[in-house]
Amino acid sequence: MIYFNNVSKAYGPNSVVLDDINLTISAGEFVSLVGHSGAGKTTLIKMILAEDRPTSGNVFFESLDINSLRRKDLINLRRRIGIVFQDFRILPNKTAYENIAFAMEASGKTDEEIAGDVPHVLELVDLSSKIHHFPHQLSGGEKQRLAIARAIINQPEIVIADEPTGNLDPINTYEIVQILKKINNFGTTVILTTHNKGVVESIGKRVITIEKGKIIRDDKDGKYMI
Amino acid sequence: MFWTDTKRIIKAGWTSFWRNSIVSFASVLVVTITLSVIASLLFLQAILHHSLDEIKNKVDITIYFKLDASEDQVLNLKSAIEKLPEVVSVGYVSAPKALADFKEKHKDDYLTLQALEELEVNPLGAYVTVKAQEATQYESIAKALSQDSTLIKSSGDIIDKINYNQNKMIIDRLISIIDGAKKLGFIITLILVIFSLMITFNTIRLTIFIAREEIGIMRLVGAGSYYVRGPFVVQGMIYGVISSLITLIAFLPLTYWLGSNMTNFLSLNIFDYYLSNFFQIFAIVTLSGILLGMISSFLAVSKYLNK
Repeated sequence: MIYFNNVSKAYGPNSVVLDDINLTISAGEFVSLVGHSGAGKTTLIKMILAEDRPTSGNVFFESLDINSLRRKDLINLRRRIGIVFQDFRILPNKTAYENIAFAMEASGKTDEEIAGDVPHVLELVDLSSKIHHFPHQLSGGEKQRLAIARAIINQPEIVIADEPTGNLDPINTYEIVQILKKINNFGTTVILTTHNKGVVESIGKRVITIEKGKIIRDDKDGKYMI
Repeated sequence: MFWTDTKRIIKAGWTSFWRNSIVSFASVLVVTITLSVIASLLFLQAILHHSLDEIKNKVDITIYFKLDASEDQVLNLKSAIEKLPEVVSVGYVSAPKALADFKEKHKDDYLTLQALEELEVNPLGAYVTVKAQEATQYESIAKALSQDSTLIKSSGDIIDKINYNQNKMIIDRLISIIDGAKKLGFIITLILVIFSLMITFNTIRLTIFIAREEIGIMRLVGAGSYYVRGPFVVQGMIYGVISSLITLIAFLPLTYWLGSNMTNFLSLNIFDYYLSNFFQIFAIVTLSGILLGMISSFLAVSKYLNK
């Protein structure tokens, strides 16, 4: 589903962030990307979203070369990917309901579909009682659950979660991981970047370890080893 | 889909306007100030043009006729002058009327009246006053009335004097003052309008700078450019509509006060002017407000859309 073909990224001769990455992620996989801060995890993810371009090499989403996409096609690509960030990135002036509705409106869903699906997805992440709350009225864990609900509302083929538990306590972290596992069980590909050893080991699926811009380990039933 | 999107964009802009009430209040305030500057300049231009017209109307050329000139001769010349293309109007005062006017003007001056009575004949001749369309045209009219012109030669030797040459200096100075005042008025208007537009644009840019992260999130969620930009443009339009209403309403008591207290000084009743030109002023202020809000928002969002 996603292919990295000899991808390198450098911000200058002495600042190589990714070094000749070759990687294949298949549909339905749950992949954890681990590594120290600055190892290149987030850059790798930015390449999939076309937020950043490789210095050399290609990134493919199925048969699409992501970096040769036009703006309009890029918007369509992003609609096929759900994204969750460490800092939540929720629209501050919209309620929980409106945040999710916005993602649906952006992808051209009808008012009936929105009215039907939003309460359902909020129930899935256990936020039914906070449907009309604004982000500042939600806790960190609740915000992240809202962000996940938004990421999956358009039934994306992939959910990318960049350090989603970085700002959360152990209980909320556990809940987020359970939700991500549930999403993966429905058949959605999940790519997770994390520092958290406990998170990786509780998932027990493929682990890719990155160090200084290179993939140093790729285990099918991996553990967190650095 | 187009109508659904339009409805959603308008709703989002309206909701955002109310939820960001402090930012909205600040923006409306700044747009209102800009529109007030524009409206004040409209009134100032009106006062300026009105005053200049008044001054222009006071400029004329007067032709005094000899005492022995017959009324027919004078009227013939008058109709010949009326045919000149630069001439707007020609006023005629007959010799008896000139005398009556003189007496009326000096009715309290017993000595003068008595001296007038001593004379058995009317010492005042008839005269005509010539008004031109533009102050600059008096020169050519004066030429047409000069001693050796065919117009004057054909009318016989009836002209006593023409006061153009005495007025020439005043007329020339007036022409340059009028030109200068118009140019200066235009430059000041232009500078003030540019300053106000820049201040408004920057204020709206700031409000969108506050929302720059939101714009980034909307893009990541997969929203198209028009869907991100739309609500901000609607918000800009709402700033414009509310500001223009405030401005138009605020100018009612203001011009009323100016109208009842300053009409003599300004030589124009501003309140009457406002009411009689209301639709024009309404259109200029409202359109400026709406365009200002929409264009500022449109341009300000562009900066963050391309990131």
